[in-house]
Amino acid sequence: MDVSKFIAIIISTVFINNFILSKFLGLCPFIGVSKETKPAVSMGLAVTFVITMSSLITWLVYRWLLLPFGITYLRTISFILVIASFVQLVEMVIRKFFPHLYRAFGIYLPLITVNCAVLGAAVLNSQDFFVNGQPVAGSFWFSLTQGFFAGIGYLLAMLLMSGIRERLELIDPPKSLSGVPLAFIIASLMSLAFMGFSGFKF
Amino acid sequence: MKRLFKEFTKGIIIENPTFGLVLGLCPTLAVSTSVRNALGMGLAATFVLICSNIIISSVRRVIPNQIRIPCFIVIIATFVTIVEMLMKAYFPALNVSLGIFVPLIVVNCIVLGRAEAFACKNPVLPSLFDGLGMGVGFTLALIIIASIREVLGAGKFLGFHLIKGFEPIGVMVLAPGALLTLGFLIGLVNYLNGKKVTRNRPSEARENGCK
Repeated sequence: MDVSKFIAIIISTVFINNFILSKFLGLCPFIGVSKETKPAVSMGLAVTFVITMSSLITWLVYRWLLLPFGITYLRTISFILVIASFVQLVEMVIRKFFPHLYRAFGIYLPLITVNCAVLGAAVLNSQDFFVNGQPVAGSFWFSLTQGFFAGIGYLLAMLLMSGIRERLELIDPPKSLSGVPLAFIIASLMSLAFMGFSGFKF
Repeated sequence: MKRLFKEFTKGIIIENPTFGLVLGLCPTLAVSTSVRNALGMGLAATFVLICSNIIISSVRRVIPNQIRIPCFIVIIATFVTIVEMLMKAYFPALNVSLGIFVPLIVVNCIVLGRAEAFACKNPVLPSLFDGLGMGVGFTLALIIIASIREVLGAGKFLGFHLIKGFEPIGVMVLAPGALLTLGFLIGLVNYLNGKKVTRNRPSEARENGCK
């Protein structure tokens, strides 16, 4: 395991292959919850937590359950079940022990189950860090890093987008463009800017 | 019969999943780089929609209300796995270019949305037509976006060169082009509908439709 590979993964998942702006994963909440900064950041943090934990769990499931028994074709179904039940569990635990936290993040948790970013990260991990049914060296830590920083990239995009949209409330766009269409056009410009990062070479 | 026809047509125009309800955006944007990919994705999603609608509406009385969402997800994931395996076997090239968006049909809000909003409340036959209509609407929307992007971004349509001497706008087949095309298309649909979109509540219902 060498550090430069980790740095490459971090830069690549946060900037170059940002989940929202270049991979189109998790767009629905990106457009839906990005009208104000505070809920956008809460959503981003909740997504980061769930992506990291589900990367960990799905890696274990894939490595120790699906691969040894040769049932990798059940990947989709087992991943989504594991993620859905994990999110449900987290929701119950938070509601019971941290009611304060639940009020801040609670409503976002169920939505995250059907967020493609979470399942997407799990599927990508199982594609990137397993070669011919064998985990590459350091595969577990790579998966965890990729999951966590995918969440950070998500948070970054949410934060930028909500900041822009808050200011957009003050302007007067053409009626048919206001709201969702304008959000897409802004996202397009942001993604154009993020394309600049693809010049990074490792 | 008339009712079935209505269930079929509503998904195509009035409640078009992409332009009307703004659902299932991730695959819409990611695979619309070429018309061929769009067609493949649209057909795969239509198959999953029809099958899951049929199964869910036929077991709708058996599923307890509290755990219906996990049940729906398992049913949908089963059909997605079937599609995945069929595609791997018969269309390997398409499978490679659609990439992770084939397994991601599971979390496509259109499929789960139709299960929740329609199939679990209606008999089998209307659900079938609802799934078919939504699938066709989704496929059409994908094809429209993909044609714009492919013609502008690669100067081709279905792989055939169209205009000689036309310098393609490369950015249209990349990520920014997708978002730009969809933004303007939804704007166009809003304009044609002449909806009174007030500035403070820009179509809130549709924004809450899918998260």
